Amino acid sequence: MLKYLVKRVLWMIPLLIGISLISFFIMHLAPGDITNNEAAFNPKASEESRQKLRELYNLDKPVIVQYGLWLKRMGTLDFGNSFASHQKPVFWQTTDKDGNVTKGMIQEALPITLMINILGLIITLSLAIPLGIIAARKYTQWQDKSITLFNFIGFSIPGFWLSLLLMYWLGVMNNWLPISGLHSINYESLDTWAKIKDSISHLILPVIIPSVTGLAGITLFVKNGMLDVFHQDYITTARAKGLSEHKVVYTHALRNALLPLITIVGLSIPGLIGGSVIAETIFAIPGMGKLFFDSVLMRDFPVIMGILTIGSTLTLIGNLLADLAYAWADPRVRRGVVRN
Amino acid sequence: MTSCGKPNQDTTGYTKTFPVESGGTLIDATIGEPSGLIYMVAGESAAAAISGNIFNKLLKYDKNLDIEGELAESWLISSDQKTITFKLKPNLKWADGKPLTSEDVLFTWKLVTDENTRSPYASDYQLVKKAEAPDSNTFSVTYDKAYAPALDSWSGLQVLPKHLLEKQDIHTTAFARNPVGSHYYKLDSWTHGENLKLSRNPKSVLGPANIDKLITRIIPDNSAQFLELMADNIDSMGLDPIKYSRIIPARPELQKKLALYKELGNSYTYLGFNLKHKPFDDIRVRKAINYAIDKQEIIDGVYLGLGINIASPYKPGTRWSNPELKPYPYDVEKAKALLKEAGFADSDGDGIVERDGKPFAFEIITNQNKEREKSAVLIQRRLKDVGIDVQIRAIEWASFISRFIKTGDFDVVVLGWGLGLDPDQFSIWHSSQNQPGQFNFINYNNPQIDALLEQGRLELNPDKRMKIYHEFAKVLLEDSPIVYLSAGYGLTAIHKRVKGIDSPAPPAGIGYNSHEWYIPEQLRRAETGRNEIAEK
Repeated sequence: MLKYLVKRVLWMIPLLIGISLISFFIMHLAPGDITNNEAAFNPKASEESRQKLRELYNLDKPVIVQYGLWLKRMGTLDFGNSFASHQKPVFWQTTDKDGNVTKGMIQEALPITLMINILGLIITLSLAIPLGIIAARKYTQWQDKSITLFNFIGFSIPGFWLSLLLMYWLGVMNNWLPISGLHSINYESLDTWAKIKDSISHLILPVIIPSVTGLAGITLFVKNGMLDVFHQDYITTARAKGLSEHKVVYTHALRNALLPLITIVGLSIPGLIGGSVIAETIFAIPGMGKLFFDSVLMRDFPVIMGILTIGSTLTLIGNLLADLAYAWADPRVRRGVVRN
Repeated sequence: MTSCGKPNQDTTGYTKTFPVESGGTLIDATIGEPSGLIYMVAGESAAAAISGNIFNKLLKYDKNLDIEGELAESWLISSDQKTITFKLKPNLKWADGKPLTSEDVLFTWKLVTDENTRSPYASDYQLVKKAEAPDSNTFSVTYDKAYAPALDSWSGLQVLPKHLLEKQDIHTTAFARNPVGSHYYKLDSWTHGENLKLSRNPKSVLGPANIDKLITRIIPDNSAQFLELMADNIDSMGLDPIKYSRIIPARPELQKKLALYKELGNSYTYLGFNLKHKPFDDIRVRKAINYAIDKQEIIDGVYLGLGINIASPYKPGTRWSNPELKPYPYDVEKAKALLKEAGFADSDGDGIVERDGKPFAFEIITNQNKEREKSAVLIQRRLKDVGIDVQIRAIEWASFISRFIKTGDFDVVVLGWGLGLDPDQFSIWHSSQNQPGQFNFINYNNPQIDALLEQGRLELNPDKRMKIYHEFAKVLLEDSPIVYLSAGYGLTAIHKRVKGIDSPAPPAGIGYNSHEWYIPEQLRRAETGRNEIAEK
């Protein structure tokens, strides 16, 4: 088992280098660089100063040399500084000689996105599993049909449209929930309880809307998994033994039906740290999606590479964890792993 | 809970007049977060909007766009027009109490022109041959030759404190996120991705502003901003024509609390020809296209009437704009006649004119900007009427610039210029400015224009300068290297609780006296937030 783990982790290094190399070249395929942003199209900004900028950022060197410089820095885990955002560190905070701390861009954005997405995933799962079970047990009955209809609607509604409608209804017409942002303007002056309530009320819409629209897929997964299992011989056996329906469904069927879900959750890890550009833009949330999108538009190469590197590392770790969880949950896989 | 945090709903107060009083909070929103508050290295408009409240400049533009002193009490131009000597106002102070002297101005100049400073705006200041601070309130600059845009450039450089930045790296210094300035406001806090809070600087060199706190919220989505405006969570935002002329007027509850302002910006949209490509080197072809485009249709259709026709590259109504010039009218017959004169005729009867067997077809490229795309569509249709086949392509900004503009690989562009207040447009029209990356990318080359631009740079007398630029605009219009499409109005909604705003907007725009705006106590937003009230 340990050998397997070490092997998997070591394999990640060449994989990461390959990923970063491809990313770096694709990034440079897009025309333009940081000096082409909108602010630079100003008659007061001269081409000489832009050329100087390019030299300072090594953008005048061949792409392969730039990649080498980047890889060298990455060797010491130095993600570099952003071109666009006043040289903020890309990943983690730095402290200057006067003790001023400058937070890293990913350091600031990642926790927000992670929190929203993990909350969203929990809500999705805690709704999708019961709904899937009900739909499977009441297959082709009205409960199943209404769940399918509900999921179908949720799946079809564009998230941004639903967001704007709910923002208007809950925020403008009724003032029940804040419209955008993470905190109220007077957040600092609130007491602890009010701060918690304030944060929760700001999170309700951004967390719930993606969960509802993402519900359909997982519900269908659980439902189909359950239906498959219901046709297995051991369920017939369990029923024949005279076990209660409750026990048949929740002890014997559910555990097996949930196995594919581990893969789904494992695959959703890159999504967890990715964040959604549209949702983050509409709700004014400074998360990873917005950060990545802005960096691409600004051609802020160190930030793009930083996000891709951290994203791919976490994805590889997520895959590994999913495989391990699978082995833990399914004895057949576990034995296969051990034999390897 | 439904009324939690809602301000005084007695809307009658919004139309009453109140005496000037200080205090209150003004909340606005920006779609982008500033990268830092040192404008010379940050460079983007979001940074300018906020740093402009924190830092002073030597000079500024007044209500009528004439230059007046800000930190400078007076300035003297030497008889050879090469040296400008600024006298600073007495007893200037930074917000931290340290004196603000000519040393700070000199330091700022050295910083912006420093080899290692990554400033996109250094070129104006690099023309200064010698800068000196002979005593604590005198600052003088000497140019190689007279440079008329100099005064304008000194109204653009925000003066930074030497004592805090002297041994810092301007690109990484924490000062950019925690600045100390001398203007009406100082930065209290900056929550990444959420908001920047400013409060009045008690040591402001120009005296106190009326409004106590300025909060800028970062809301990247325009619709979300508008919802926040409707819900009374922000006091002002820039509008598009639809919101200005359709949505707000259709809602009485919004009309009651929002005042709408329109002001001409220093910007315009144009159709520009690549003058190196045939047949755009032919003035008859350029003029034909100018006559064939119905500009009023673009203003009505794209800007819902919220724009005007222009005939010179200057803001109408200002000194530099030549009032005698008239835009090219929409005249299909004239356009057809000019095309015919240039040798174009529809010989095969397919509706497209040809010359030497080649049909007249080209591609208009533009960046992904809704207004420009829509304008291009209207132009496409009008040019079809005179037998020109036009395709349209909209391209993402960075690709647009580096793949098409810089390489000169285009026939026709629809683009816009947003300009400063100085009339000098050397970098846009002078024939020497057509290298890749420079701004005369349409390759305009007219010796008469070159001479006028050079003359305009040397003349510091405003009246003589005016004559030069009136002549310049006249030649430019006649030569038609670009087709002026329209100058759109800048549209703003501001909550009616904010008083003291000039309407209609003066030439400098409504913002020129924002320090005199005030919010009567009765009309202020409940200072407690919604949750705090919900607690009670």
